[in-house]
Amino acid sequence: MATATVGDERISQTSTLTKLMKRPEIGALVAAVVIFVFFAVTTEAFATASGASTWLRGASTIGIMAVAVALLMIGGEFDLSAGAMTGFTGLVVGVLTTEYGLNIWAAIFVSLALALMIGAINGILVMRTGLPSFIVTLGTFFVLQGIDLAGTKALIGQVAIQGMSNVPYYDQAKKIFGSSIDVNGSGAGGQIYASVFWWIGITAVATWVLLRTRTGNWIFAVGGQQTAARQIGVPVLKTKVGLFMTTAGAGWLVGMLLLFTTSTVQSNTGVGQEFIYIICAVVGGCLMTGGYGSAIGAAFGALIYGMVNQGIVYSGWDNNWLRAFLGVMLLGAVLLNEWVRKRAETAQ
Amino acid sequence: MKKITIVGAVAAASVLLAACSGTGKEDATKENSQDLTYAVITHSSSGDAFWDRVKSGAEKAGDDYGVKVEYSSDPDPAKQSQLIDGAVADKVDGIVVSMANPDGLEDSIKKAVAAGVPVVTINSGVDKFKQFGAITHIGQTETIAGEAVGERLKGEGYKNVVCVIQEAGNIGLEERCKAVGSTFGGKVSNLQVDGTDDSAVQATITSQLQTDKAIDVVLTLGGQYAIDAVGAVEQSGSKAKIATFDLSEDVIKNIQDDKILFAVDQQPYVQGFLGVTTLYLKDINGNDVGGGQPVNSGPAFITKENADAVLKFAANGTR
Repeated sequence: MATATVGDERISQTSTLTKLMKRPEIGALVAAVVIFVFFAVTTEAFATASGASTWLRGASTIGIMAVAVALLMIGGEFDLSAGAMTGFTGLVVGVLTTEYGLNIWAAIFVSLALALMIGAINGILVMRTGLPSFIVTLGTFFVLQGIDLAGTKALIGQVAIQGMSNVPYYDQAKKIFGSSIDVNGSGAGGQIYASVFWWIGITAVATWVLLRTRTGNWIFAVGGQQTAARQIGVPVLKTKVGLFMTTAGAGWLVGMLLLFTTSTVQSNTGVGQEFIYIICAVVGGCLMTGGYGSAIGAAFGALIYGMVNQGIVYSGWDNNWLRAFLGVMLLGAVLLNEWVRKRAETAQ
Repeated sequence: MKKITIVGAVAAASVLLAACSGTGKEDATKENSQDLTYAVITHSSSGDAFWDRVKSGAEKAGDDYGVKVEYSSDPDPAKQSQLIDGAVADKVDGIVVSMANPDGLEDSIKKAVAAGVPVVTINSGVDKFKQFGAITHIGQTETIAGEAVGERLKGEGYKNVVCVIQEAGNIGLEERCKAVGSTFGGKVSNLQVDGTDDSAVQATITSQLQTDKAIDVVLTLGGQYAIDAVGAVEQSGSKAKIATFDLSEDVIKNIQDDKILFAVDQQPYVQGFLGVTTLYLKDINGNDVGGGQPVNSGPAFITKENADAVLKFAANGTR
């Protein structure tokens, strides 16, 4: 396959195909294509514009979180509070506007500031105490879940935000976070939602940061060899705290997307989603041990999740099996991933 | 390489299968009901006994009329609205939807109606069905049911109710407890429990009964939680009686044994069955069931007097 020069293997040339096969996201890409073809062939609606619009929308909000969580996992940490964060940020905006009449943009920025602050607290706690991030963010997750329920109930007397669309300037924010473009102009189905563009943008930025900037090198370094990274002068604390703030910030963005797409958010929004983000990141090539992975892979992972979620419905399979199907599909994707990676690594 | 071949074979086979589906005949009328497909999209989380009865009712109606019924559900309103969009994209002939959070589903339901897909709402969302353009709403409003329970408990001379909420963030459950309070006259306090963990539910109710000795009624909002409450009352040695929303076989047996006062049945099977029936009548005969008004599926009170008759249906998992 490769034209190995005699002597030093470090300067041997590898072919473009082998280089491509070695990318961590290649397995997820292959799996996504296989799953797409499967549902496109076996169901009528899946590959139509209006069908695609539903699974893209589902994949987009999961995808934004999965990309942020992938960066954090490459940096060697977990964030279990990411799911509850999406509900928390939406509830903050909902409560401040519908109950206290705060300007909607001010509320959005208050919500962002709170999210970043919680992210920073997560990061500082993990770094200062040396406790595993799994434990620290599990704590944060429960705290947020409690605040979401008790705080919302105490302040507005209900457990879901209602009447959001009557808030002044709601439409302005909806344009940015919750609007959609008709692609086939029929008005019934076939929209591309704002969240999809955000998802593509976030994935592109994250990929660029990982592969083309000094910060990206730091993320790989702190996840792979923290002690060595510190010794050669990588700002470990700054990098890790920044990563936790990134997942919290992504949580805020998804919270806004959910709030302005559906005009409501519930106290239980996002609870239980945190593992789905991790699954998507792992399917996309991240290792549970840190130091390896890809942002675009996590986006493919989320795409797989979104496609399977709607594909099962389009296939008319008994919905009670949904979780089992998802589990099998995801395991299959991870195994395929491993197989492709192993093959690529031996193909010198 | 072998895997690629398998995938290729599967794809090829599927292409062939897809190629021989449908005769291409135009059906001028929809009298051939085999061609009708209805989507039932609810806000239930998986494994919920109540919603399983809704599903059974909808599927039974589908079998009886010879139409296809596709059931799906998600408690998250954003995901539920995606399922509705998906059904519209799938070109179903009608949608039955439960609206726990109407604001979250508004766009999707209006879009479905605009696309010419008839919609029936069930279970919750009675205040909004007309505004969203649904044919009718089939259910029991939380308020009507809650008020009926409050009145009944007041009539039997009780003073202090604890209302057990099993799902954090469920709007309907909160409304129910509020409605009980509006007619009850005595004290109603809410107790939040984790409905996914029955032993935790029992423990929480037990501690509540030990803390407040004055509680004389534990009101649960789902059949399985009434059973947890029976255990909790026994554990705590409290004198409290139990009343519950929704049925199960165990609940009926406990009613027969005087451990539960009564159960309020909103008849979920009826909601599923009538939901599909409404769409079916619209298709085959152009009828609008309910004439623009909601249709009540309940409440039916199950007490010691009528428990025997209901038991055999509960055993089938239809009541």
